[in-house]
Amino acid sequence: MSNPENPNSEDGVAKTNEPVSLTVAKPTAGTLRHEPHEPQREHLPEKFFEKHRTVHNKRIDGPFRRFKWLVMAVTLAIYYGTPWIRWDRGPYAPDQAVLVDLANRRFYMFGIEIWPQEFYFVAGLLIMAGIGLFLVTSAVGRAWCGYSCPQTVWTDVFQHVDRFVDGDRNARMRLDAAPWSASKIARRAFKWTIYLVISFWTGGAWIMYFADAPTLVRDFWSGEAAPVAYITVAILTLTTFTLGGFMREQVCIYMCPWPRIQSAMMDEKSLTVTYKDWRGEPRGSVKKAQKDPAHFGDCIDCLQCVAVCPTGIDIREGPQIGCITCALCIDACDRVMAEVGRPRGLIDYVTLEDAKREAAGEPVKPVWRVLLRPRTIAYFTVWGAIGLAMLFALGARRHIDISAAPDRNPPFMLMSDGSVRNAYTVKLRNMESRPRAMRVQLEDLPGSAMWTDDMPREQAARQLIRTVPADATLPLRIYVIAPAGTAAQELEFKVSSLEEDGEEDETEATFEVPGGEQ
Amino acid sequence: MANKRIDQPTGTETVGHEWDGIEELDTPMPRWWLWTFYLTIAWGLVYVVLYPAWPLVTQATEGALGWSSRGQLAQEVAKEGERRAPILAALAQVPIERMPEDGARMRAAVAGGRAAFKVNCVQCHGAGAAGSQGYPNLNDDDWLWGGDLKAIEFTLTHGVRQPDDDQTRFSQMPAFGRDGILTPAQIGQVADHVLSLGGKARDNSAGAQLFVDNCAVCHGADGKGSRIVGAPNLADAIWLYGGSRDQITQQIMNGRNGVMPAWGSRLDPVTIKMLAAYVHSLGGGEDFVEVAQDPAVKVDEQP
Repeated sequence: MSNPENPNSEDGVAKTNEPVSLTVAKPTAGTLRHEPHEPQREHLPEKFFEKHRTVHNKRIDGPFRRFKWLVMAVTLAIYYGTPWIRWDRGPYAPDQAVLVDLANRRFYMFGIEIWPQEFYFVAGLLIMAGIGLFLVTSAVGRAWCGYSCPQTVWTDVFQHVDRFVDGDRNARMRLDAAPWSASKIARRAFKWTIYLVISFWTGGAWIMYFADAPTLVRDFWSGEAAPVAYITVAILTLTTFTLGGFMREQVCIYMCPWPRIQSAMMDEKSLTVTYKDWRGEPRGSVKKAQKDPAHFGDCIDCLQCVAVCPTGIDIREGPQIGCITCALCIDACDRVMAEVGRPRGLIDYVTLEDAKREAAGEPVKPVWRVLLRPRTIAYFTVWGAIGLAMLFALGARRHIDISAAPDRNPPFMLMSDGSVRNAYTVKLRNMESRPRAMRVQLEDLPGSAMWTDDMPREQAARQLIRTVPADATLPLRIYVIAPAGTAAQELEFKVSSLEEDGEEDETEATFEVPGGEQ
Repeated sequence: MANKRIDQPTGTETVGHEWDGIEELDTPMPRWWLWTFYLTIAWGLVYVVLYPAWPLVTQATEGALGWSSRGQLAQEVAKEGERRAPILAALAQVPIERMPEDGARMRAAVAGGRAAFKVNCVQCHGAGAAGSQGYPNLNDDDWLWGGDLKAIEFTLTHGVRQPDDDQTRFSQMPAFGRDGILTPAQIGQVADHVLSLGGKARDNSAGAQLFVDNCAVCHGADGKGSRIVGAPNLADAIWLYGGSRDQITQQIMNGRNGVMPAWGSRLDPVTIKMLAAYVHSLGGGEDFVEVAQDPAVKVDEQP
């Protein structure tokens, strides 16, 4: 850190040619929040933006890495595979298990079909996702960031591509520093081609959720797909390529709001990746420690935790925004500890509360007590209640619906025999994926009858029977006629399915007469 | 500037000013910002060449692509016209009596008629086609000149009481009071009789006799009117000029005769057909009651 002698800036009297920003830009140790047990930070932040340093993380194996592999495999399989799952819904509905059919305004998810007016189910799902994240964050910290966030998963994929093409950490660092040569250009071109293929595949998989996947693939390659498909694929290819291939941890540190929100939701009872400095400090190599075992802690300063970190941070500096808690440093440190014959867990998942307790030599809480505490139970209860309520609503919802909108202009019509006619736009909704015969009945309004604009008035009756096509709304223009002298009043349209399901629905509408109330 | 210098912590040059010890760094633009800026300049240059850009005295430069908003509108209108052409051609060919046979064609006609109605008819008949005093309501089942498709089309084409059209719908209600045909007392008696036809007043023999002598020739002995002469039905609940005693007296006194333009000279036959379809669809449309003049046309003869 550059720090030229500037005694004049200390007294607050600024002189021309004196760097005023110096006092601001030079934070003293006292101005930073610093826990007593934390080691002195070596790199004090000078600027609000750090120039991008490429992270060359080292290959590591261990329980957390294997868990990360598993989560990556599962999430990628879900993302790329889901649109290809078929689900038989009969001849009148698409057979894609998960389909957001924007053109026809339907959302299919396995056995569930959602119409636009039922969008609250999707809203409920999003609320559940939000509360689920609260729950996970309060229990196990930034587990979302560490394992299942798309940015993390794709960054991981691209880092494996780096390793596959350019070798492990040291080889990559050498290649990065090497001048441009034919072989470097070839390697880079090869690597970026793989990036591009993955990015394209990622963008291509996205659009499969919005149309029948096999058809869309065929149309896409024959140039017959909608322009929006190509534009979407192009945009998502570009974002995957840049965000996953190049920006990587920069996205987490500078662009993503979620780490900041999460730090507000974590507390001293949340599990997080912690370097046990009370055990590790002062650091010293194995040789030094052998000479003076009493003075040195367990950390042998091998920097393996830094080498394997996908965001390139030093966990020993304490909890920080760059840490996505992927726990690869735990794997690395445990391996080193095993090699030097010291107990594992110098870096471990620990709550801040337990960290203090452990530092003081007190026993720590068992894991189940860390996970089961009022806050997590409260989150889980809310989360579960919303889920149960939605399941109940899904099970109880009717697949038939009727709505009636009376004409406003004219609101009523006096007929030549003195009777009064009102016109309504009645919509019958069939939310089953098969056509259904439905009966519309006129309730109340004595002496009245109804007919539609596609049938003669002579056939007017108290009920109509219509077949509503599968998964569709049938609009009917219904005329209701009531004898002279009828007063303005409410009437009811009732629809009932003539199929064996026997579903019913009803709606009220106003019947207007000349002169209002009579 | 004299006092430019390198600011140590940031390594950036200052702009050289100093106000009460506050200096400003001459921080260079971020590279991405600069590139975006250059890109917008390049974009602007290309745009100026391709599209209308520089305003000149009478018009702007035309641009290499020859694009204009008017041209685009004309294109879109032409495209829409192309889309509608087959429907309009089909409507032009089919005789109006046979239009309801094809549901889709009829719906297209009703939709087209609705649009044409909004432009040409709402001024008198109202947006809901419910009319008002003196302007017939087109939703109800009472028709002066007939309510089947063909009759409506005929009325639309030739209008009502148009001196320049020989086939126009024509009838004349005499001004019995103004022209001194009946005395005010007699008019009152006739009005009472007319009201009694709908059961709204007690009948009187003087009024009945006056009605037979003066009115029945057009309105019929029972007052039910006649579509052949366009005489309104006086025994129903619908009144063109109002159904109160005062309003009826007024009409007998002054004999108002409304007019409607002959749209045949203003609109093309297809638009008139579509208008007829729309008016017929409003809820009071009638089926054909008479066989069409042209024997080649098959007509639904159901009453």
